[in-house]
Amino acid sequence: MISVLGAGVAGLCAATALAERGLSVEVIVPEGAPDPASNLAGGMLAPFCEGESAPEVVVARGQAAADWWAARVRGVVRRGTLVVAPPRDAAELDRFARATRGHVWTTPAELEPELEGRFARGLFFADEAHMDPRAAMADLRAGLAERGVAIHCGAPSGMIVDCRGLSAQDRLPDLRAVRGEMLEVSAPDVALTRTVRLLHPRFPCYIVPRGDGRYMIGATMVESARSGGVTARAVMELLSAAYTVHPAFAEAEVVATGAGLRPAFPDNLPAIRQDGDRIHLNGMYRHGFLMAPVLAEELAQMLIQEPAHAD
Amino acid sequence: MFYGTDLTSRLLLGTAQYPSPIVLRAAIAASGAEVITVSLRREGAEGGAFREILTESGCRILPNTAGCHTVREAVTTAQMARELFGTNWIKLEVIGHADTLQPDPFALVEAARILSAEGFDVFPYTTEDLIVGEKLIEAGCRVLMPWGAPIGSGQGLRNEGGLRAMRAHFPGVPLVIDAGLGAPSQAARAMEMGFDAVLLNTAVAKATDPVAMASAFGQAVAAGRAAHAAGLMPSRDMAKASTPIFGMAELA
Repeated sequence: MISVLGAGVAGLCAATALAERGLSVEVIVPEGAPDPASNLAGGMLAPFCEGESAPEVVVARGQAAADWWAARVRGVVRRGTLVVAPPRDAAELDRFARATRGHVWTTPAELEPELEGRFARGLFFADEAHMDPRAAMADLRAGLAERGVAIHCGAPSGMIVDCRGLSAQDRLPDLRAVRGEMLEVSAPDVALTRTVRLLHPRFPCYIVPRGDGRYMIGATMVESARSGGVTARAVMELLSAAYTVHPAFAEAEVVATGAGLRPAFPDNLPAIRQDGDRIHLNGMYRHGFLMAPVLAEELAQMLIQEPAHAD
Repeated sequence: MFYGTDLTSRLLLGTAQYPSPIVLRAAIAASGAEVITVSLRREGAEGGAFREILTESGCRILPNTAGCHTVREAVTTAQMARELFGTNWIKLEVIGHADTLQPDPFALVEAARILSAEGFDVFPYTTEDLIVGEKLIEAGCRVLMPWGAPIGSGQGLRNEGGLRAMRAHFPGVPLVIDAGLGAPSQAARAMEMGFDAVLLNTAVAKATDPVAMASAFGQAVAAGRAAHAAGLMPSRDMAKASTPIFGMAELA
């Protein structure tokens, strides 16, 4: 038996990959455990865009994520990412183009007619995708249930795969929190069909369509473990960025706000770590939905080769 | 040089916007910087994990009041910084305008006076205005940090004449070019003009390779400093042959 601790994106991906290899798995979420930070994720599968600041390993390995998700959950939208910048920050686009690959220059309105007349040029990352993270995690839970994997709050009965996110700070002293804040709005007047990233030197944002006129707008990055609700400053910055993309966002209804703490290692790279008999899958930072499947497969491969551990 | 502390490196580095703490640490090492600035306003007391990584770098910490718009905010943030880092050093920023991030000189002088009286060693982020500079000195500052250009703009030394006048006006005061530098050549230029140090962040943090850019800025600052000390030749509007033109052989 393998006991996966935590049911955020890391835990669910790990349990799925292990169960798919025929290993006996349980998922443990203790009572009172905090909601997973993954609930607040953007749900972008954007390895090329992330390459702006993430190392090549995220770009190279993250490309497998979209196929992994599409094979297991509904609602993976493979329409790419459109990157734009306000006219006065056009130099940011050139910088972004230099720092990334997998893109072509485009006229934004040709991809998203809603943006007619607003941006003269943009970058199109055709091979990227997005999805609704909560819906995707619900589908993974359903898939696990079908395979007979129990999700319970009891004591672990097998070898531990620790996917507790920030709660694992008790065993991972170099794990830190990077606060993120996001909004969800209902803007039926806006019809965007793919993720749009707005580059800005101070207030960058991304807008991810969630269907039915809903959009996720994210996300701040603050080196802080402050756990309270979203700040007024974050709301102002994110909404003004969204307004720059499309003025109709001013009429949107703010449906939800969220603030969460991303677990991050010092290199901001998700990792598998051995810790005695325990294996950690943690440090998802802002790459959870991109890298958790990749690391979960790697983990499952490791454990299948060492069956002695898995009894 | 700065409140009785001598430094070997004349480059001060900001710590925001790097791809990761590991890259930040490598950039600090590559730059040779001995002083790093850290913001507190937005991170608050809960930013301890990141601050610990900065402290481990071994650099002297210059906390800043970035993001403060009023005297009270700046003073409170400075007091929190002293508590968290155990240093009297404070880079005082009081922002006057949200878009240009231009300092508010009136609030700056007032906050500098309060903090100096409380025993802080104040490094004020100011403009090249001479009168504001004098008021800051009178308020207790022993260092002035004029901008090169608006924060994060990468424009370099936007008012070189004004900065030259400032250098000449405050011959004995350590002057640090703070903000607006985008290229190592601009940093070298500031040092050639006789400024005592430069402080920058975005140009390194947002480079495609921050570590290599940090090293480039470190070298530029050292080169500019050495050039200033070596005595730069004046520029002329006519050619001056480096080989004598008299006494040449007549071969006709």
